[in-house]
Amino acid sequence: MTTIILALVIGAAFGAVLDRVGATNPNYIGKMLNLTNLHLAKAILLAIGVGSVLMFAGQMMGLVDVGHMSVKTAYAGVFIGGLLLGVGWAASGYCPGTGIAAAASGRRDALVYAAGGLVGAAAYMITYPMWKSAGVLSGKALTLGAVPGAKYEALVPGISGDLAGIAVGVVLIVVAFVLPERIMARSVAAPAE
Amino acid sequence: MILNWKMGGLALGLVFFAAVLLVKPIGVSTQFVILDGILWDAVSPDVVTQTPDGAYTSSNAYLAKSGGKYAKSVANPVNYSFVFVLAMLLGAFASSFLRNGVPAGERTMPAIWRANFGDSTAKRFAVAFASGFVVLYGARLAGGCTSGHMMSGMMQTAISGYIFAAGAFAAAVPTAILMFRKEA
Repeated sequence: MTTIILALVIGAAFGAVLDRVGATNPNYIGKMLNLTNLHLAKAILLAIGVGSVLMFAGQMMGLVDVGHMSVKTAYAGVFIGGLLLGVGWAASGYCPGTGIAAAASGRRDALVYAAGGLVGAAAYMITYPMWKSAGVLSGKALTLGAVPGAKYEALVPGISGDLAGIAVGVVLIVVAFVLPERIMARSVAAPAE
Repeated sequence: MILNWKMGGLALGLVFFAAVLLVKPIGVSTQFVILDGILWDAVSPDVVTQTPDGAYTSSNAYLAKSGGKYAKSVANPVNYSFVFVLAMLLGAFASSFLRNGVPAGERTMPAIWRANFGDSTAKRFAVAFASGFVVLYGARLAGGCTSGHMMSGMMQTAISGYIFAAGAFAAAVPTAILMFRKEA
């Protein structure tokens, strides 16, 4: 029961914050990905950095249960799948989480996107054996350094996983601050209106 | 209104931290599979079955993988991850409602789309549907999406998270630059 209450509270908070940070608005996603407004990229980098520093510092102090970590396996399909996702993410302005949150916020194209998502997930359920036999789904769950108490192997076994996590978190926060608001220049020819 | 990136980023980071502190890192895309499984099992009830020792399995190899953990979630939809995603919809709905919702002109397509591809709802919906298809197909092939791999993965210094982010941006940035040349 407690688990369900936590799911309701954390899930609702996640959905609300995604909406307030602008992630449910495909204009912001499009402008982030065509590098004309990096507001959202700065917010996401800051969020990952803050989460990382708090989590690893909490683990070092024994306040956060290391058993809560859930590191996914790295395999060739992660990159191939990332490429596929990237194309659809840019074209629509929605990723799976922000797409359904946007549908809930009142965007009808996001509802259509979610329907496409259900069909795409079903297509993967059917074609999964093909990818598995192609051998692109096997690999290892790795963290950057060795995290004490965690069951994952380290990419660089010599370094402390907790300190590496805090360091990476700080770097992400710094990048969030130094990243310019805009990279691509404004197009010279204004659209004819 | 939309929060500035510092406040928004901090709030989002605190939600990521709360999730891993209290339960586990955030993830979304698996729940598309779980909902598919629930719908599929409703139509043909022998898709997900329980073995005599109480474990769940499925005639679908993907639902049956990893000891039937997806099959188990399909059979028991009131579980953390599925309720999390439903609650996420409520949170987004409430937040949108409190800021007076999405403006009428934005409800069928965003301004950035309209500026580059015109007013056709059919065209926008066709691309939205196809995008949803490739995004979820890709997310399942990758074993996670922007939340599970990029946000939660990079937060935990998971190498898979960096590989995923590299692939996603390598495809997304050129696609967006080519598609959205005109600014809204």
